[in-house]
Amino acid sequence: MKRFLLPLAIFLVMVGFLAVGLTLNPREVPSPLVGKAAPDFVLPQLHEADKVFSPKELTGKVWLLNFWASWCNGCKEEHPVLMELAKSGVVPIYGADYKDTREEALAWLRRWGNPYQLVAVDEAGRVGINYGVYGVPETYVIDKAGKIRYKQIGPVDQDVLDKKILPLVRELQNQ
Amino acid sequence: MIRIWTLMVVLTMAGVAAAQEARPLAENPQVEARLKVLAVELRCLVCQNQTLADSNAPLAEDLRREVREMIAKNMSDQDIINFLVERYGDFVLYRPPLRATTTVLWIGPFLLLAVAGTVLIMALRRRQKTLPDVVVSDADHERVVQLLSDGAKHP
Amino acid sequence: MIPEIGHFALILALCVAAVQGTVPIFGAASGNASFMAVAKPAARGQFLLVLIAFCCLGYAFADKDFSVLYVAANANSKLPLHYRLAAIWGAHEGSLLLWTFILTLWMMAVTLFSKHLPDAMRARILGVMGLVSLGFLLFMLTVSNPFERLIPAAPDGRDLNPLLQDPGMVMHPPMLYMGYVGFSVAFAFAIAALLGGNLDAAWARWSRPWTTVAWCFLTVGIALGSGWAYYELGWGGWWFWDPVENASFMPWLAGTALIHSLAVTDKRGGFKVWTVLLAILAFSLSLLGTFLVRSGVLTSVHAFATDPKRGLFILVFLAVVIGGSLLLYAWRAPRVGLGGGFDPVSREAMLLVNNVLLVVAMASVLLGTLYPLFLDALGLGKISVGPPYFDTVFVPLMTPALFLMGIGPLAQWKKASLPDLALRLRWAFGVSVATAVLLPVVLGKWTPLLSLGLLLALWIVTTAVVNIRERLTRLEGAGLVNRLASIPRSYWGMILAHCGIAVFIVGVTMVKGFETEQDVRMNVGDHATIGGYTFQFDGAKDLVGPNYIAARGTFRVTKDGHDVTVMYPEKRRYMVQSQTMTEAAIDSGLLRDLYVSLGEPLEAGAWSVRLYHKPFIDWIWGGCLIMAVGGVLAITDRRYRLAWRREQEVPVAASQPVEASIV
Repeated sequence: MKRFLLPLAIFLVMVGFLAVGLTLNPREVPSPLVGKAAPDFVLPQLHEADKVFSPKELTGKVWLLNFWASWCNGCKEEHPVLMELAKSGVVPIYGADYKDTREEALAWLRRWGNPYQLVAVDEAGRVGINYGVYGVPETYVIDKAGKIRYKQIGPVDQDVLDKKILPLVRELQNQ
Repeated sequence: MIRIWTLMVVLTMAGVAAAQEARPLAENPQVEARLKVLAVELRCLVCQNQTLADSNAPLAEDLRREVREMIAKNMSDQDIINFLVERYGDFVLYRPPLRATTTVLWIGPFLLLAVAGTVLIMALRRRQKTLPDVVVSDADHERVVQLLSDGAKHP
Repeated sequence: MIPEIGHFALILALCVAAVQGTVPIFGAASGNASFMAVAKPAARGQFLLVLIAFCCLGYAFADKDFSVLYVAANANSKLPLHYRLAAIWGAHEGSLLLWTFILTLWMMAVTLFSKHLPDAMRARILGVMGLVSLGFLLFMLTVSNPFERLIPAAPDGRDLNPLLQDPGMVMHPPMLYMGYVGFSVAFAFAIAALLGGNLDAAWARWSRPWTTVAWCFLTVGIALGSGWAYYELGWGGWWFWDPVENASFMPWLAGTALIHSLAVTDKRGGFKVWTVLLAILAFSLSLLGTFLVRSGVLTSVHAFATDPKRGLFILVFLAVVIGGSLLLYAWRAPRVGLGGGFDPVSREAMLLVNNVLLVVAMASVLLGTLYPLFLDALGLGKISVGPPYFDTVFVPLMTPALFLMGIGPLAQWKKASLPDLALRLRWAFGVSVATAVLLPVVLGKWTPLLSLGLLLALWIVTTAVVNIRERLTRLEGAGLVNRLASIPRSYWGMILAHCGIAVFIVGVTMVKGFETEQDVRMNVGDHATIGGYTFQFDGAKDLVGPNYIAARGTFRVTKDGHDVTVMYPEKRRYMVQSQTMTEAAIDSGLLRDLYVSLGEPLEAGAWSVRLYHKPFIDWIWGGCLIMAVGGVLAITDRRYRLAWRREQEVPVAASQPVEASIV
């Protein structure tokens, strides 16, 4: 009898995994960069093209790096959440304008509002590749030591902000 | 007359110029050949079930550009793969690397074959012991034939 | 109104299925003949009701009724009629309706060709099928209703996914589902036999033709899908080891094992426990495939309709059907006898070894397909398992199986002798090895895999020749023709199906070994040469289709100065979904395909163009077709036809289609 139960046992284990699988998103790829130093870069700024921005300037601060683009729908979706967050002043948001044109990016910010302290222009998408960006919007939480502590793939919604990003930011700020 | 001649010469030359051997799309075919070998084993992150070689997504284009540059810099295949894995994780590799977590994946099929083979041999041995030689008897065969032909009712 | 009729028909079908799934099984258990007699009319009634529903949905598509949500989501007023009808199975809800419809079609077939079955057996078989159908009808009516209204109606539909607007879409899903769902018959036979406790040689013989028919459909269905991917996706590949492809390949592997195991159970009474498990397995994998495709737990290029919410329903259904069957198996199988004894070297043993190899191969495909999910569920990271893995694992597992395929049919039942087999096969082996080593050298390229592929293909064919020759010399009677005619068709079917595998292997080996491709920039008038063929680009023109606009390139192909063909690849832009599709142009031939696809327009009328020369690629699908023909030949065998002729003499027999010969 026992060996005839084996197929059933294997099947039940598989069903367990499939059930867990239903709750997961197969398209989401976690970043291997979490826990590692945020890749350094020097990029021109969006509003003042003759100036540059580098994450080194922010050592000692907890901040968010948000990859976005004027052509991206998800960015519009998360935009009000970012605006609220910027208004609250809990944590500074820095933008990286990913594979975009300067005029369209500026027009987009004029139209919908600018939640960013500063926007860097990643026109060729190379910094995006260094950060492992595979679809905008993507948002990184970076700690005082310049390490990536969290990566949000896809739009930041209120739920993610309240449950994941803000608690983490507060914890990091208190360190 | 001379003008016609000139025209004809120009036309012929134009014809010769037009009917040329098509140029390869890639600037450097050697780089492209290496890219292709690498890219068919890499997974595009945007349209996730295409290889980096097949995908037309903008990110795939960018990544191919990066890989081309790395090939041009004479980096080894392993270095190029490491570059991508550092950024996107093992997910980009269609050939999962052998690690603690993938041991079952790589060993599993052959282990299963070994186990199945052993069980099979043991079962055959046991079977021979318990069942020296019981063939489907003629009576059984008769019954099968009968069932199939007469539409006999089976209890 | 019409959609409501369809919806209502489904509700009625659900009620009928509930009756069909309970009353006859109860009747069989209690020996109540009138309860058992419910099965047949219920199955036929259910078939009729689902047919009505199916036609209603078809009508809604033909009529462009955009007040039906499903129609509005998957068709458009500009979509041609044949694609509007194929759009019935273009997304989730309609695919389920097709699934259920085909299930009832198989039920109908069982009622027609089961006159010789004992009443209790038939009642149980139809009861089990009724239960399966109950699950699917319930699924449709609760969370996936294809007749759901859209109020207010959409002015126009969102159109069918352009990838699906292809003749392949018309044929591939129905064929595939005929195969998938066809295994439900073998499954129902197995469960009925387990319930009734009569797992004997008769059961195996009844199951065989049904299993073979389903397997033929599945083989053709998979081949069609592969051919479709080849020309529609525009990458020139024919198999990607994608989860959805694997979902159809796993039942095929299990079904192939089942066919062989059934042969032993039928002829020798052996392997009963194993055969019954395989019958459960083949259908379980079909259900699992449906789950994988429909639930969205895995990403795939081909899964066009996924929804995790619905996944839960199918998972519960899966757990009930498969879990219940395996529980029944665990309970009943220990009481089943062992059957005839045999030697470790015998045809039985070889078939068993082949079975083990096929099942291990199937398990490997399952492992590779689900492994990313396992790791993710355990929180151990995300990985991808793709073609490099499957190729690495699959080839070493299948090689011994293919080698045994040559020997098995020549070995005697019960007890064979290895030295004797070696003696009989020495020429086949010598010829195969010599040719496999030398041929690639002659063709100008030698790799181990090339030789291995050719060796296996040649081995299968040469051993088949030896087999036929031995069979002919053994037969008595004068005249080659007479002797050929006296060989049963099932034998020819087996030989043909095996040779189909050989043809398939030749295709795969030659394409992998010798295909060439070029990515070129072509100005108007430019030419490029690949595989000895010269392609001249005559420019691209704009073209307006029914629901798309396109650029159509013209390529004149010549070889050694002779015209070969003119090819017209297209780059289409489908307006409604604003999606760009590459329509490759393919010139097929027995020995090679020429494949041209347009890339991007460049400056001044120039285009980036991809050219392929693919030797022997059509042998891949040709081989599959030969396998299926072999299967069909096997089921038209005399002993099945005899049974059918006797049935004909029974007065009740009405006019029946050709399929009648399957039992």
